[in-house]
Amino acid sequence: MSLWKQHAKFERHSLLLIVGILLVVSIGGLVEIAPLFWLQGTIEKVQGVRPYTPLELAGRDIYVREGCYLCHSQMIRPLRDEVERYGHYSLAAESMYDHPFQWGSKRTGPDLARVGGKYSDSWHRDHLMDPRSVVPESVMPPYKFLADKELDYHDIVDRMKTLRTEGVPYTADEIANAKKDLEAQADPFSTDAVALRGRYGAKVVNRDFDGDPNKITEMDALVAYLQMLGTLVDFKSYKAQAPENQR
Amino acid sequence: MALERETDDHTGVETTGHEWDGIKELDNPLPRWWLWVWYGTIAFSIAYWVAMPAWPGLHGYTKGLLHKSDRAEVAQQLAALDVQRGAGAAMLRTASLEQIEKDPKLQAYAQQVGQSVFGDNCATCHGIGGTGGKGYPNLRDDVWLWGGKLEDIQYTITHGVRTGADGARMSQMPAFGRDELLKPEQIDDLTEYVVKLSGRPADAGAVARAAPIFATQCSACHGPEGKGNQQVGAPNLTDGEWLYGADRAAIRGQIFAGNGGVMPTWQGRLSPETIKALAVYVHSNAGGQ
Repeated sequence: MSLWKQHAKFERHSLLLIVGILLVVSIGGLVEIAPLFWLQGTIEKVQGVRPYTPLELAGRDIYVREGCYLCHSQMIRPLRDEVERYGHYSLAAESMYDHPFQWGSKRTGPDLARVGGKYSDSWHRDHLMDPRSVVPESVMPPYKFLADKELDYHDIVDRMKTLRTEGVPYTADEIANAKKDLEAQADPFSTDAVALRGRYGAKVVNRDFDGDPNKITEMDALVAYLQMLGTLVDFKSYKAQAPENQR
Repeated sequence: MALERETDDHTGVETTGHEWDGIKELDNPLPRWWLWVWYGTIAFSIAYWVAMPAWPGLHGYTKGLLHKSDRAEVAQQLAALDVQRGAGAAMLRTASLEQIEKDPKLQAYAQQVGQSVFGDNCATCHGIGGTGGKGYPNLRDDVWLWGGKLEDIQYTITHGVRTGADGARMSQMPAFGRDELLKPEQIDDLTEYVVKLSGRPADAGAVARAAPIFATQCSACHGPEGKGNQQVGAPNLTDGEWLYGADRAAIRGQIFAGNGGVMPTWQGRLSPETIKALAVYVHSNAGGQ
């Protein structure tokens, strides 16, 4: 029992105690966190996931700014009832370009991980302006101002560069054309939309998301973001039952 | 601060050797039950590391003796659910829409499926009871934009309306005002004409002036008598049912802007047999044709 007696040394020297605590806690961190940086199997290999277009990225920033994550999760858990209601459970690959991720921990409203394409643009507009006009029992606050407020995207290039330092693979071409791409996606008649699709994929649609053709509003950006959520992964080529995709 | 341990006279227990302002602390051992629970938790955690996925390593993580996987489990549960739904789901797959509606057992099954799927997916726009709202068609009446036969409803749910995808129902009313195809006073006259079509009193002079405009601009889709055309989703203007409002301002606004709603495509999100059940549900709850 003489080893236990050594503990008295820690009890009597606060500096030694601090060093001891740091040592023990960092062992936990090293074992649990550090491997995530080299383990390649953490993120599933899927087809289709791409970084956000500039307009979607601006919408995502509004989503974060307004604290949507406080009531809406973006994480369909592998549970029968959730898969039945929301669709395929979320994959790590689907939030690999999210900084920070929007998994959320509370659902006052429904999960939004696969809300993209589930409703029309005009529904999203009506619903954000006055949630109870379409869902009478909703407790969501109205976000009418988004439709009036012009989108401030003067720093969109910087935002993309910042994400690139975080590891989001934006190309030099995508960053150079960020403003043009953003404007193209909010304009259904844009001639730059072909270039936009060339950069971000054929599935990117350019529409007047907020129904106001005169200006690009925050509503445009947010609806563009909501309408692509959960739509990227090509589940036809994804082998959910493969051993490497089991968790 | 004295550091000498001594034995307390009253209890016979050693002190810790500390003393603060004359107060000494007894060095009682931990309660045994507490200590053994603590040892137990340590033993449990070691067993857990062995049995369950736990430790990350250089090339992966330890899978554990039980090989537990949430993803594999949910796949099994969903497969079991499919078996459970078995007979009914299989019948939905093979039976035609008419057969489903005629057979009381199948019909009841489709109603149940349809109701729960409707509440989860459709009610958000079409309302809880399917009564719709401004811009979202009422599904409890006998008025149909794109056809009220079972097959029509099934097609609309499967492919959606104005989604831009191949196969989606598509039409676009011109924005006669916004795109300056007609003069404002012509739109005023047309508004009176449409009010008259729905059987309400209207300014006779305006109606007379608008008649040739209606014949050249509107009748191609809405028909010469304004009865509409379900091939192109052009509403019947004589039935008193209005998607965007019945008053003159709403009608004028619609001629001005040519609104058209978008309904998402549900193939891919809902299975073909679920869509069948939904079509039967919608058809039998409205005045289906």
